[in-house]
Parts: sequence; C-alpha cells; structure tokens
Amino acid sequence: MQRIVIADYGMGNLRSVQKAIEKIGSRAEISDKPEDIASADKLILPGVGGFHDAMIELRHRFLIDPICEHIAEGYPFLGICLGLELLFTRSHEDGLHPGLDIIPGEVVAFCKNQGLKVPHMGWNPLQISAPDCPLFQGIENGDAVYFVHSYYSQPLHNSITAATAAYPTPFTAAIWQDHIYATQFHPEKSQGVGLRILKNFIEKCN
Amino acid sequence: MLTKRIIPCLDIAAGRVVKGVHFLELRDAGDPVEVACRYEKQGADELVFLDITATHEQRSILLEMIRKVAEQIFMPFTVGGGIRTIEDATQIIQAGAEKVSINSSAVTNPNLINQISRKFGSCATVVNIDPKRVYPEGKEKWEVFINGGRKPTGLEALKWAKEVEERGAGEIVLTSMDADGTKKGYDLPMIQAISEAVSIPVVASGGAGHPQHLVDAFQAGASAALAASIFHYDEYSIPVTKKYLAEKGVLVRLPRDIM
Repeated sequence: MQRIVIADYGMGNLRSVQKAIEKIGSRAEISDKPEDIASADKLILPGVGGFHDAMIELRHRFLIDPICEHIAEGYPFLGICLGLELLFTRSHEDGLHPGLDIIPGEVVAFCKNQGLKVPHMGWNPLQISAPDCPLFQGIENGDAVYFVHSYYSQPLHNSITAATAAYPTPFTAAIWQDHIYATQFHPEKSQGVGLRILKNFIEKCN
Repeated sequence: MLTKRIIPCLDIAAGRVVKGVHFLELRDAGDPVEVACRYEKQGADELVFLDITATHEQRSILLEMIRKVAEQIFMPFTVGGGIRTIEDATQIIQAGAEKVSINSSAVTNPNLINQISRKFGSCATVVNIDPKRVYPEGKEKWEVFINGGRKPTGLEALKWAKEVEERGAGEIVLTSMDADGTKKGYDLPMIQAISEAVSIPVVASGGAGHPQHLVDAFQAGASAALAASIFHYDEYSIPVTKKYLAEKGVLVRLPRDIM
C-alpha cells in the first residue's frame, strides 16, 4: 500500500485534508518528521496563513530539504493553497520573500480596485486548460471549487497552468508539471468535486 | 466568476441545534452533524454555527461538536459565539473550523481582531457587526450594538467596519438590528454603504423572508447571504432558493453529484 504523508509545519488545519482522504477510502498520516516526508510515496503540502511564516516554520522543522528531495526524486506531490504558493520562486506577501523555488514564477496580490473584494473567498468555477491532467479526470469545465486567498501565482511558463478561474480576469487555479500537482483552491472543502480531485491524486497521479 | 454564497446559520446550545424566536422558547432541532450534512447535500455553500449560550462549561461540548462536523462535512464553516481570547479562537480553528467570528469581544477588545488575523490569516477572521438606527438630536445614526443587540457602543457602523478591515478582518457579517427578525428583507441601504466602504467581502444577515430578498442583497453589494428561518423551517429550501436566484441572473453554484 502506498504511503501518503501530509506535511505538518504548524500552518492551519491538516485534519480536514486527512478526513477527506479517509472519506474516499484511503489513509494518510500527518507528520512533521523529516524522515517520514523523505520516505513518503505521495506527499501533500497544505497550509493557510502567511507565506513568510510558512517558510520559517518549514525551515525550523528541517522540512525544506526532504520536500525538495521528494519532488526531485520524482514522487507525486500535491500542494494546496499556500502549499501551491510555496513552490514558487518568491512571493510579494508582506514584502518580498523567497519560496522553495521549485516552479519558476511569483506570487502576487489581487488588486483591490474597482470594487474587487479581497480575499477572494467562495466557490468559483474551474476552466480546465490541461484536460489530460490526471487530477481533473471526471471534472468538467464549470465545476466550482472553494477558494480562500488574497494572493495568486504567476508561473513563468504558462504551460504548467492546468486550470484557471476568473476574478475578474483568469488566474492560475491549479498547476501540473510532471508529478508536481498543486491547487490554489481547497479540494478538501469543495464537497464532491474536491473529493474527486483528491481521489484522482491518490489513484491516478503517479 | 466567483459565485454568490448562500449560508445557513445554525444556532447551537449545549452542542445541539436549537430554534427559537429572539432567544425565547428554544427548542431542540437536531444533531448539528445531521443538520450540517443535510445542508451540504442541498448545496449550501458554507455554514455558520453560532453558540448562543457560550458558557464556559459548555466549551468542551462545542469543541467536540466542531470536531465531529469537520469529520463529516467537506465544506467551509465558521464558528462564533463567546470567543473572547486568542486561545478560544485557536481551540475552535484547531478543532476544524475554517473561520471564527467575533462580535462583542471585537468591540471591547479590538486587538483580538489583530491577534486572530496575525495567527490564522485574515481569511479566517470574521467580524460580526450589529448596527441599529438611532436618532440622537433627530439625526439618523447607524450605531453598533453588542451583547445580542442589547448594549449600545457609541460606535458608528461605517467607521467601525473600516477599522475592523484595517485590523485584519477578512470578512464582515452585517446584521441590521432593524431588519433582523422582520422577514421583510435585508437592510439594503446599510449593505450597500458598508460594502462600498470596505474592500473585504460583506455578508448580508437579518431579515430574509423570501428568495427575492437575497437577490436584492446581492444587487446591493453583498458577497454572501446568511439566513436562518427561511431554510430551517423549509419555507424555501436551498435548491429552490438557488434556482430562483439563477433565474434572476445571480451567479450561484449548482452542485453536481460526482462521487
């Protein structure tokens, strides 16, 4: 049986991800131990909160190297929300802070102009730009998922954007590069559509 | 584009859902997990649990309820009622709630907004504002009330809304005490004014009696609409409400059963 590990670095509620995986008939362990992350078959990096705080927490727990090695060795990885943003080169949240720099690009803020409400909070329909992405098997254009964030990613290479949502212009809602998958939205909070995406990660993404 | 959220609000006492009119004649209305699951199936976009007794002894019962709900439903929910310290908020988030909402304690200790926002992000920080129209010297003023609408604070609603945003709130739930309980519609001028004054989402609350009232609230600028009695008493179910909204041109999520 594959070993799925949810990386715990003190940012947010990881139980909801774990419970969602149990709901679809699988199991995942939550761990903050570098050795557990290094030996995972599949790694999930969730998280809510500040980008810079998250990087500090990862560093203090000695988790940066095992996460980067997991990805470098070609094991499947799923980043959720902040876990997507952390993959990028840097973020503009509260200054300019370096990220894991696995995916070239930046994390920038939504502009609070023309009445745009920030945080972007709620259900927004997906437009799938990579229909062959295993994460989106059975998911259709227009299926709404739950977002709650004030920053979004701008990948250097557009080709890794697997899905977009519009607020009011399209932004990257999910990325896919080889075995690296990440969503700006919360599949664990997106009812049936989200559970299906998690099920796809566990069963289809290798 | 982002859809408008429909949010049933559940009153909780001693770990059970209760229904009543103005805190009177409370009667048991079921197990929170069962009620939450029913709303999830119907296509609610979020849920709010409001602990209306919020006594210290019942805190552990509330936390246990949050844990059970978080295990069973896969949608966001907010918990409010009796949160006075950062420790209270931490316990609720760690039990599985996405957001905590504060009301009276935000007024008596505004720094609590900053504390929650710094620790869990603005996205997890909701402030409830309950204004009432008062007429000092014949001039209309929207004064913020606390303690369930019983205690005036002297604060002006627009100014307070801007302050909670500056302190790090990520959302405002606006309950007009004038409209609350009337079932004659949300307080549209208030929703519009507050929504224009801040750049965080504003949730309309208090006064819904018909799906058209939700249409009106969204047109006035609300990002989401909270309602209790019209959903609880099955006057209008969530699917009926959403269908009505969609026909009126409001962007809503119509869930698809794919699992």
